[in-house]
Amino acid sequence: MEVDQMQRQCLDYTKSLFLEGFLDGQFVQLQQLQDENNHDFVVEVVSLFFEDSERLLNDLTFALDQKSIDFKKVDAHVHQLKGSSSSIGAQRVKNCCIEFRNFCEEQNIDACLSCLQQVKQEYCHVKNKLETLIRLEQQIVAAGGSIPTMEF
Amino acid sequence: MDNGCFSSPRRDFPAGLRVLVVDDDPTWLKILEKMLKKCNYEVTTCCLARHALNLLRERKDGYDIVISDVNMPDMDGFKLLEHVGLEMDLPVIMMSVDGETSRVMKGVQHGACDYLLKPIRMKELRNIWQHVFRKRIHEAREFESFESFESIHLMRNGSELSDDGNLFAVEDVTSTKKRKDADNKHDDKDCLDPSSTKKARVVWSVDLHQKFVKAVNQIGFDKVGPKKILDLMNVPWLTRENVASHLQKYRLYLSRIQKENGHRSSSSGMKHSDFPSKDLESFGFQNSVNKQQNDVPIDSYNFSDGSLQPKNVETKSHEGELKKIVSQSTVAEKGRALTGNIADTNMEESSRIGLNQPFVPLESEANHAVFDCNMPLQYSWSEVPHMQLKEDHKSLVNLGDNFSQLPLHGKQHHIRVDQSQSVASISSTPSITDEEVAACAEPKPLFADYKNDYASSVSSIGNAVVDTFPIQSGSLVMNDQSSESISTSNSVLKTQGYNNLSGISDLEIYQRNLLLDEDLHLYWLQGESYNMNFGLQNIGISEYYDLGLVTEAPTHLYDSADYSVIDQGLFIA
Repeated sequence: MEVDQMQRQCLDYTKSLFLEGFLDGQFVQLQQLQDENNHDFVVEVVSLFFEDSERLLNDLTFALDQKSIDFKKVDAHVHQLKGSSSSIGAQRVKNCCIEFRNFCEEQNIDACLSCLQQVKQEYCHVKNKLETLIRLEQQIVAAGGSIPTMEF
Repeated sequence: MDNGCFSSPRRDFPAGLRVLVVDDDPTWLKILEKMLKKCNYEVTTCCLARHALNLLRERKDGYDIVISDVNMPDMDGFKLLEHVGLEMDLPVIMMSVDGETSRVMKGVQHGACDYLLKPIRMKELRNIWQHVFRKRIHEAREFESFESFESIHLMRNGSELSDDGNLFAVEDVTSTKKRKDADNKHDDKDCLDPSSTKKARVVWSVDLHQKFVKAVNQIGFDKVGPKKILDLMNVPWLTRENVASHLQKYRLYLSRIQKENGHRSSSSGMKHSDFPSKDLESFGFQNSVNKQQNDVPIDSYNFSDGSLQPKNVETKSHEGELKKIVSQSTVAEKGRALTGNIADTNMEESSRIGLNQPFVPLESEANHAVFDCNMPLQYSWSEVPHMQLKEDHKSLVNLGDNFSQLPLHGKQHHIRVDQSQSVASISSTPSITDEEVAACAEPKPLFADYKNDYASSVSSIGNAVVDTFPIQSGSLVMNDQSSESISTSNSVLKTQGYNNLSGISDLEIYQRNLLLDEDLHLYWLQGESYNMNFGLQNIGISEYYDLGLVTEAPTHLYDSADYSVIDQGLFIA
């Protein structure tokens, strides 16, 4: 595949992620921050996001698994996850967290558990998408091209 | 920004701005670091609030601005905000993914200069330098006004600092400012311009602040409002806005003291040393006031024999001594804010150990730094038995209890009362124009030295107390008699002074209100009866009384010293 073809493909893919609401403008910011000094910036940040989110999701699962649920703690975790997801622009995950927090406030166990499932799903989605995108980008770079960035 | 007034001017400002970012989220930390680097700032990241505080403390002048997340596991972002504001006085920006109005309001209330919502964009970070710049200008103005005020005082020996003095000072500020303007391209025209009504800066002199504090106390701290204060103060050229802004600072100051009480161990020393030019300014005020009253040599001060017995104390001389001591302390304080700080820290620590012994060494330290003539006083104190003194450095807090016990009038109580009263008298000394008062008050200034401002408070108290409390001549009649009468009057004075120290009193009262609830007020109400009873029961207690003065005062001072230190800060409007 030609470099420019790959680039077009990459760009289309990125666009679709935005259109489907997986990512928002913050992701573009990250891409713009990437420069010759730090050409792996986006990858590094995304990796950090994965690590952090997985840890938080584990903590959430554990917290909601308790006999007597500490909703404050659950809320704190969700808040953190919300912040984390906002850092890379994982919009869907973030929206899920907002809903999750409302149920925490209400101390609605069932709703919280279902929210947890939902947020896990959304996280898996965006993780897959991002990994695909990164792979595409790395292919372009490997082929000698530059990563196309979107103007948002 | 090559203004000499600015702390660390850089030619390419805002480039190179030293930012400390605190966030427990590693993703955000990385992103912010990158963004800030792109703005050409010098970035230091930190994921723990405690670690951040350590960094800030290690390098006092190492950072220009702090950006911190609100939600952190080890420490609440607001708490960190308070610490930074109190200890380092750096601008702090809060950030959070939560943008609820209540949160933002809390941030502003705690002193954040901005509140950013995550996700943060580059453009928001590009402009954070404005907060640093703003603060520098502010400090520069205050510093300038202090400097010019300083020079004014140096020129005027012996003249009373009054309202006229204020105006004079303000005018002088203009001339000194003009000098600075030549070098300073960044000064605004209306900066420190007294003639322009738009932003005429009010110089809050000791006198003025005394009036202010007096008014506040009269109204009652809870019900206070700028208009009420203004009316009570009865200063024609003062505007409601002036009072309002000063009140705001006063409130912040008092709340800081509270915090400081809770964070004495490590931060106090630093805090004091970090005090901005405000301290100097207030010291400058004090300095001028004290200098005026410096006629009487301190030698006549009679503490060396180990007791505070006012022997043939002359009213004027004692007053003068007191004031001289005060002025000395203020002068010393001015030039040695750090010294005072050290003493401060020492004092605090020793106060924890116990009143009696630690106090003596502290005194010597502080006195060495500040006074020469007060040395004998120290020694005398150490000799005095400290039976009545409570070991706990919080005994001052118990003063309220003592006071409230006064009406009970047991012989034991008297002793206690004496102690507490002695403490109070110390604070009120300046107010009481009688020699007894002066004699009792003398030890106070020494203590005051420990706490930089104390001296100033003392002098200010003197002014204020006199104004606020018409000292009953009846209770002071005993002046000419033996020590017992003196003690009586002292106690009386204390009663009154304790409640009415304008400089220290507000602080004390405020603290009392916090710690002792209504004890103080109760005591105050019964002040009159104290006078009477004391006369009867002072016999033979004079020693204790002195003791009480000596011993209690320091701890008392410790507590109030904090206030006074900060109180000085208030002098800068």
